[in-house]
Amino acid sequence: MASSDALLPISAGEEDPLSPYTQLSDGSRSDPNLEAHRRRRPVKGLLAVSFGLLFIASYVALIATHDGSRSNDAAIETDETAAKTSRARLAGVSEKRNYQFWKLSGDRNTPAFAWNNSMLSWQRTAFHFQPEQNWMNDPNGPLFYKGWYHFFYQYNPNAAVWGDIVWGHAVSKDLIHWVHLPIAMVADQWYDANGVWTGSATFLSDGSIVMLYTGSTDKSVQVQNLAYPEDRNDPLLLKWVKYSGNPVLVPPPGILPKDFRDPTTAWKTSAGKWRITIGSKINRTGISLVYDTTDFKTYEKLDTLLHRVPNTGMWECVDFYPVSKTAVNGLDTSVNGADVKHIVKASMDDTRIDHYAVGTYFDSNGTWIPDDPSIDVGMSTSLRYDYGKFYASKTFYDQNKGRRILWGWIGESDSEDADVQKGWSSLQSIPRTVVLDTKTGKNLVQWPVEEIKSLRLSSKKFDIEVGPGSVVPVDVDSATQLDIEAEFEIKKESLDKILGDASVVAEAEEFSCEKSGGSSVRGALGPFGFSVLADKSLSEQTPVYFYVAKGKDSKLKAFFCIDTSRSSFANDVVKPIYGSVVPVLKGEKLTMRILVDHSIVEAFGQGGRTCITSRVYPTNAIYGAAKLFLFNNAIDATVTASFRVWQMNSAFIHPYFEEAVHALSRT
Amino acid sequence: MNMIKKMKMMVMVMMMVIVSEGSMIEQTCKETPDFNLCVSLLDSDSRSSSADISGLALILIDKIKGLTTKTLNEINGLYKKRPEMKRALDECSRRYKTILNADVPEAIEAISKGVPKFGEDGVIDAGVEASACERGFKGKSPLTSLTKSMQKISNVTRAIVRMLL
Repeated sequence: MASSDALLPISAGEEDPLSPYTQLSDGSRSDPNLEAHRRRRPVKGLLAVSFGLLFIASYVALIATHDGSRSNDAAIETDETAAKTSRARLAGVSEKRNYQFWKLSGDRNTPAFAWNNSMLSWQRTAFHFQPEQNWMNDPNGPLFYKGWYHFFYQYNPNAAVWGDIVWGHAVSKDLIHWVHLPIAMVADQWYDANGVWTGSATFLSDGSIVMLYTGSTDKSVQVQNLAYPEDRNDPLLLKWVKYSGNPVLVPPPGILPKDFRDPTTAWKTSAGKWRITIGSKINRTGISLVYDTTDFKTYEKLDTLLHRVPNTGMWECVDFYPVSKTAVNGLDTSVNGADVKHIVKASMDDTRIDHYAVGTYFDSNGTWIPDDPSIDVGMSTSLRYDYGKFYASKTFYDQNKGRRILWGWIGESDSEDADVQKGWSSLQSIPRTVVLDTKTGKNLVQWPVEEIKSLRLSSKKFDIEVGPGSVVPVDVDSATQLDIEAEFEIKKESLDKILGDASVVAEAEEFSCEKSGGSSVRGALGPFGFSVLADKSLSEQTPVYFYVAKGKDSKLKAFFCIDTSRSSFANDVVKPIYGSVVPVLKGEKLTMRILVDHSIVEAFGQGGRTCITSRVYPTNAIYGAAKLFLFNNAIDATVTASFRVWQMNSAFIHPYFEEAVHALSRT
Repeated sequence: MNMIKKMKMMVMVMMMVIVSEGSMIEQTCKETPDFNLCVSLLDSDSRSSSADISGLALILIDKIKGLTTKTLNEINGLYKKRPEMKRALDECSRRYKTILNADVPEAIEAISKGVPKFGEDGVIDAGVEASACERGFKGKSPLTSLTKSMQKISNVTRAIVRMLL
């Protein structure tokens, strides 16, 4: 173990003459001998001084080259500051409780769990987008063109873990029934040799498409590249051409070569130029850089940033778009005006959470400020598209139906060994429409695209009153592919009684789904909801529920949660409790929608004000053994549930073959 | 006299370098859950002296790879000695092969290319697979010290990979 103690044996054996030189370098002490030497032999002194400077210079040079990721400032002071900053940053990272040690659940003596093929193959979804095999991550360049919705995605053609990334490609007429197409772009140029990473599409005024994407060069520098369809007349956009002058953007001064990725769709400025933004960071401050261009080949970087938030770390997959304050349709990315707010969204590398904020865009200098700085992008309190597993999301304007559509990458929550065994990893969320919540004005509302209803088969309607502490089996035959829409009401007598009862303690201020202990912990007014993917004995279950809590002001607050802690006996899967407060306005009933599709559960509270996606891997509650239950775990309150459950068909996502494509183009 | 002073200057510079490199490893290891393990792993590797944080992470991933190979050899040897443990050994063998063939390459690629979060996933998973393997023996594991090592190295490596985010 190296330490300064190791030096003592060496220095102790040396004569004193060493010390004048050390004193010379730090300058804090003077050596009278040296002074005497200087007076008597000035040349010697000059030599000593120059050695001292040489020493300082070589010390600095060695520090500078070893600390490879920092900039080369010559002065020692700056290096000390850099060292202090990095120590502080290291301390900051470890102090931040933004991750916990991943421990296998259960104690050491819990019997271990071995996956079998039956359990693993059940996990594959019926109607969520996923490639036939291997790893997928970020959605890329979604767009609608000549009658087809196009979806591109980060794909590993070789393994069920991240790596060797290329652009996968698929098309659909309705965002639900997909046909896989050949890989759109591979890593075949020096400027994307180490990865064809995330990017976005822009439609030019003449209707042609440009694609900007991040390439990881052969030296692992992150650059932005331009690509476009080889054949404008091919509605399938099978082949893509990379601009011969790539890269069009390289990391600017002050930005590190690995902190420059995920360019957005461009929007028109009032000056008639195109503008894009790219996420990055400076130390621990997350930022979004802004560039203007007329031809997508040469760019001017603005001096201003679109936005920055300290202590948020690297901003990945930045998205920037307008939303209408009054209407429920989507807006083209270039729309601006008095009727419009702008959303800035970023994916936080540190926490794997997508955050967004509502604010105002200033076109004159390309900046944006949030309406509510206390919930600015990336802060722990800021809004999220989704309170579960949902990352690297991206929206696009669907000019076909005038909607803004959101895609989100849903990773696995199991072990990589299971992914390797089953041969695949990751899903995409069902595409969601995104609009500003015109009732609150402060948050977005998301909802699965209407087209998903085409998968609905038979349904059953229920009206059930559920007393406190009861569980009701819901008879729906198969329960692994479901669409549930439900309305809940706490009986007025229960509400009045609890609000009037002073002994019922206010808990809304402290409550959080994550820390609540889950759906088995009973409160006065909750939890109540559905247990999905539950076996008959409820030994495995995934509750999706409301928890209504009394606040200090005697007002009620509603929380919407998914508790995966008992979703599986397996102890090598992650089983969090997810959720958030959900705004409930006066006169509104509590509503939820749940999409169950094998190993994914997507839930939408209050019409999509609060959304939660979770991955679950039951071992018993699979195939015919999976059931649906309604439950009310409140201590005193009775709840009425009015709901409909649809069986959902498979989307029959096709592998690529030409006949399949022709079949779809005839519809 | 001049010559001796020159020599002493050189020695001073070299010692300052050694001290500062020790400090770099120490500073980095302080932010991990197992300082002693971290330092001993890095000090034992000559590449550490000229590595930045990415480099240190890659060195530790190499240690994970070495430990994985060692454990796989141990598992292979146990089939003959403990035939009654075949099922658990099969499970471990598969899981450790995942560490070797999936986790380690994923982590190396991700860290080298500047997307450390995928490296973090691979490193965490190495610990998960080791724990799952251990549990397969229902308390009678012949691999405990190896699996515990993997869990510890995984935790230390993860802490260092997080510094790259």
